[in-house]
Amino acid sequence: MGVDIAFWILAVVGVLAALAVVSLRDIFRAALALILCFLAVAGIYITLSADFLAAIQILVYVGAISILIILGIMLTREVQRGSPSNKFRIPAFLVAALFLGVVAYALFSTTWQVSTVEPLTPTTQALAGKLFGEDGFILSVEIAAVLLLAAILGAIVLVREK
Amino acid sequence: MSIGLEHYIVLSAVLFAIGLYGALAKRNAIAIMLSIEIMLNAVNIAMVAFSRFITPALLTGQVFAIFVMVVAAAEAAVGVAIIMAIYRGRSTVDPTEIDLMKW
Repeated sequence: MGVDIAFWILAVVGVLAALAVVSLRDIFRAALALILCFLAVAGIYITLSADFLAAIQILVYVGAISILIILGIMLTREVQRGSPSNKFRIPAFLVAALFLGVVAYALFSTTWQVSTVEPLTPTTQALAGKLFGEDGFILSVEIAAVLLLAAILGAIVLVREK
Repeated sequence: MSIGLEHYIVLSAVLFAIGLYGALAKRNAIAIMLSIEIMLNAVNIAMVAFSRFITPALLTGQVFAIFVMVVAAAEAAVGVAIIMAIYRGRSTVDPTEIDLMKW
């Protein structure tokens, strides 16, 4: 029952914050609304008993990515001009509504094999076993490390003063 | 009615649709990046929800969500760097004015 109430509050906050991100003209306020949306998503992870994911959502998204984006806003000085819509506003709305309709139709016309097994808590040890253990995702972890290194080097090269 | 898989997938689809609208309709490259981050979060909610309700003991969906976060972090860093490089050269972040590769 408590989880139900938490889900509804977090879902409403998350959707309203996401709507604020796409509707506010002030890009800096849109970035702050995005941080609220990230926090709501972290709460949604907790209601899904994904505690480790909620922690790294707050660390990576709320802590790092939002700071990076706000830094980008500050350095491009577009706060005054805001974030207006372009001429594809109505087609974009139609595309988004069509996508939502298709997903809802597919969702409600499928019979899901919902498992009744209780979820694992805490998930940290099980996730570590998945990521680093035998028959796990260790190759993907190493590729992710190379990807992050490439991204760091690419970002440095792109913003370097000539 | 208690909260089930459908609630989470509908929430995920609504967030993804909002992000899709923002990515298509905005005239500021930073706002488009914000919309893309919303879309990545929506996908993560869907994967964690499937992991929780379909295969609760396997956690594969959560592992995928972690990799999505890694790629999203890399994307945000490179994206901000590209926007700053474009702003330095052209003094605008309006994607409709950045038409260097259009013919």
